[in-house]
Amino acid sequence: MSAADTPAAPILTAQGLVKRFGRVVALSGADLELYPGEVLAVIGDNGAGKSSLIKCLSGAMMPDEGVIELDGQAVHFRRPQDARAAGIETVYQTLAVAPALDIAANMFLGREKRRPGPLGSILRMIDKPGMRRSAQEAVQKLGIATIQNMNQAVETLSGGQRQAVAVARAAAFGSKVVILDEPTAALGVKESGLVLQMIRDLRENGLPVILISHNMPHVFEVADRIHVQRLGRRVAVIKPDEYSMSDAVAIMTGAATVAGGA
Amino acid sequence: MAVDVVAADDTDDQEIAADAGQEQGRGNLVSSIQSVLHRYPALSPALVLLAAYVVFTFLGDGRFARLDTTGRMLQQTAVVGVLAIGQTIIVLTAGIDLSIGVIAIFSHLFMARLAMNNGWPSILALLAGFVAATLFGTLNGALVSKVKLPPFIVTLGTLNIFVALGLIYSQAREISGDDLRGSGNGLLVWTGKTISFGSLRITTGVLMVVVLYAVFAYVLSNTAWGRHIYAVGDDADAAALAGIDVNRVKLSAYAVAGLIYGIGGWILLGRADTASTNNAGGANLDTITAVVIGGTSLFGGRGLIWGTLLGALIVTVYNTGLSLAGVNQDYRTLAIGILVIVAVAIDQWIRKARK
Amino acid sequence: MRTTRFRRLQVAAGLLLAGSLTAAACGSSTDDTETSTSAGSGGSTASSEASTAASGGGSSSSSGDEVGVSLILKNTTNQFFVSMQKSAEAEADKIGVELTVAAGKEDGDTASQITAIENAVSKGDQGILITPNGDAVVPAIKKARDAGLLVIALDTPPNPADSVDITFATDNYLAGQLIGQWAAAQLDGKKATIAMLDLFNDKVVSVDTRRDQGFLNGMGIIEKEDPSGNGKEPATGKYTGGKGGDYEVVCHEPTKGSADGGKTAMETCLSKNPDVNVVYTINEPAAQGADGVLKSEGKEGVIIVSVDGGCKPGLELVASGVIGATAQQYPGKMATLGMQAIKDLAAGKPKPAVTPGLDFFNTGVALVTDTKADGVESISVADGQKICWGA
Repeated sequence: MSAADTPAAPILTAQGLVKRFGRVVALSGADLELYPGEVLAVIGDNGAGKSSLIKCLSGAMMPDEGVIELDGQAVHFRRPQDARAAGIETVYQTLAVAPALDIAANMFLGREKRRPGPLGSILRMIDKPGMRRSAQEAVQKLGIATIQNMNQAVETLSGGQRQAVAVARAAAFGSKVVILDEPTAALGVKESGLVLQMIRDLRENGLPVILISHNMPHVFEVADRIHVQRLGRRVAVIKPDEYSMSDAVAIMTGAATVAGGA
Repeated sequence: MAVDVVAADDTDDQEIAADAGQEQGRGNLVSSIQSVLHRYPALSPALVLLAAYVVFTFLGDGRFARLDTTGRMLQQTAVVGVLAIGQTIIVLTAGIDLSIGVIAIFSHLFMARLAMNNGWPSILALLAGFVAATLFGTLNGALVSKVKLPPFIVTLGTLNIFVALGLIYSQAREISGDDLRGSGNGLLVWTGKTISFGSLRITTGVLMVVVLYAVFAYVLSNTAWGRHIYAVGDDADAAALAGIDVNRVKLSAYAVAGLIYGIGGWILLGRADTASTNNAGGANLDTITAVVIGGTSLFGGRGLIWGTLLGALIVTVYNTGLSLAGVNQDYRTLAIGILVIVAVAIDQWIRKARK
Repeated sequence: MRTTRFRRLQVAAGLLLAGSLTAAACGSSTDDTETSTSAGSGGSTASSEASTAASGGGSSSSSGDEVGVSLILKNTTNQFFVSMQKSAEAEADKIGVELTVAAGKEDGDTASQITAIENAVSKGDQGILITPNGDAVVPAIKKARDAGLLVIALDTPPNPADSVDITFATDNYLAGQLIGQWAAAQLDGKKATIAMLDLFNDKVVSVDTRRDQGFLNGMGIIEKEDPSGNGKEPATGKYTGGKGGDYEVVCHEPTKGSADGGKTAMETCLSKNPDVNVVYTINEPAAQGADGVLKSEGKEGVIIVSVDGGCKPGLELVASGVIGATAQQYPGKMATLGMQAIKDLAAGKPKPAVTPGLDFFNTGVALVTDTKADGVESISVADGQKICWGA
């Protein structure tokens, strides 16, 4: 459970990330460590640099300064595709799904599998049945019972089901890290519960997760550790069983500090 | 703080409950029709075509349903039909192409003049026509994807540029099919060759159009590129985040469409049996009409290529059918206009099926 | 690998863009692409056959005694008007007039023509030669004349005819009558099943109605013309031309004056009635398209008549027997006479008189056929070829 206690080396680290937009400093020396098999929540007030931090990790933005290491190797992501190729999958708040395409097509969007043999190599035929099967497996692995038909267009799904598709996609392709950006923001209680369960399942399957959320109850429900971001840097890492929600909010807003947090 | 968050959650719940209520309210026949049409976008044009065919068959005195009439309608649809394949691909990416007709016109002038006036072998002249059209398409694509101009503006501009280039290049001189055949360039008008099945007469161009539809139906539904065309038109931001190079997909869509217009130029040359700047008048709007009636959404990401073929046929069937039924010319144009409005209205309605 | 190929594609597209822009820039010299200037005294460049590629350096409109003239055509895609433009340019060269050419985008485009008229006034031209796309240009013409410009109409008389100084035109109604009389004579009393391949069906333009109804008059089907549009005659009845007989008008279909339009129109007419044996066509490209359909459907012995008498493909089609007879007109002559008239009027000489009985100066029409018909005057294809387009 408490992965930070184990002596394992972090799988993903960021050190001293700086990102400026003109005079505005979004990140002023931000650090982050993610350990294997843990759910790390990132919280912070608006403007604390949460999303800049995540964009740097997912390749959507390049830091001006600082080092990102994956498995101990320094990495430089120029595009989201680079991060993805390195094994970091991100589920954006907008989900990045094409509503008119079906679930299987969305799952493999941008990395379609081709048929074996000349059908694939010459006629470039994509392997629809194969992708459907893989999609079915990925969905089942996460225990999403409400989605049965992989030929269903994504727009016919509920918000939670869409989120599930996006998470299943990330889980299927993310070999090292899965980043979830506000996955419960637009969902009701029941559907949020579904998504939180999926996050636990990802951890069971051995994938470390970074969870960005505003929702304290959700954070405290699934996170192993909580990274508190404030004024462009990490001010504390706390454990949910040692602090209360109001403590976390106090640290986030600067009303309280944690000794040796950063 | 935490209390606020919880409060926000409650609102979400209420909204979802309201949505669910609406869903149940729509659980009737209309809603199921709506969702069937939503799932099979080519169904409504197919029904319209079938209905039109049946109505016109009984309306006239039997002339409409004859095989020779059908053959003529197929021949009339060939040029707009092939050009509309390119328009469909571009509309699927949420673009629009107003320069279609003039690219086809330029390429058929280019082929004919290279062969007649510059003495190029027919096959090279033909390929040069395809290449020119592909480059024109690529220019459109580069302006849309690299310079980030709206497709409507880009193709409105290139429409005029290509018209002028065609006029400057040809000086509005015509080259007839007989000239081409007489100089051993029959290949260039081969697409106009008649093939007879009893009294059903079509041309090799008609067969080519059918083959092209089959090819692009395959490409759009069975290749990664085809999927990406839909994804980019559906939601370009989402497609980019999913790892698709949106600009490249758009550029390639316009380039491929250009190639199709080049082939369209060849079919036009066979159809008109003359290379002339006067040919293919109105092709731009006719292709958009076919695409829209065929159920492809002008907002992109939704539609089937076969629907476009049906749409093109519907326009021809309406024109011929109304004409044979003795309907005044003015009312034929009126009917097509109403058809377009109804098609777009149905598209909007179907889109509302799931939000 | 993929990226490299892609880059190359981009470079190619870039070159194409640059190339097309250069071409457009060369083509249009100083004005917009619809307009070109060719200076009469500017030397050899002005007479280059590509009128639109005229030199930018030769426009010397500032020299005081030079007469500036604007030629405003219906369009620049129809050979009829292209030949008119060429003749005007040749004449401009000869008599030392600075000519500016503008045109509508298509037949019926009056907006572009009005702009061109206003441009001519602003430019200080002394005269305008215009082939009016419609009566909507008349108020602009009036303003130009009030501003002191001489305005001469070519090919199509405006309505009213006295809104211009003079019109050099052909009698499109007479052209239609000639081919109608000829067709009636060929029928020799047989039933006439007629397809009318017109110009438009979505707008009414005078060349379209006058040729169509002239033909029907020549056939002896209608008494007088109806400028409100085509297709008002009874669909069946008796024609009185030639030996007379029964007739049926199968269709009035639009061709836009093009070969592919001619094809589509012919196909629709044949669907209505496969027994068509007389085909009237608005011009020769449309006739060519119609013939293509008739040939591919194995129809023989169909009489095709047309109007224009152009060098190519027009008279070639008459020579090869595709078109039975065509009414030849002389756009080049109209342009040449128009240019001279402006020069003369500017020099204070009187304008030429209109042809008696008409409100315009008739530049003539002649029936061209190698199959003579009794009572219809005609010239041979060989003779027609000597004067085609009136160049």
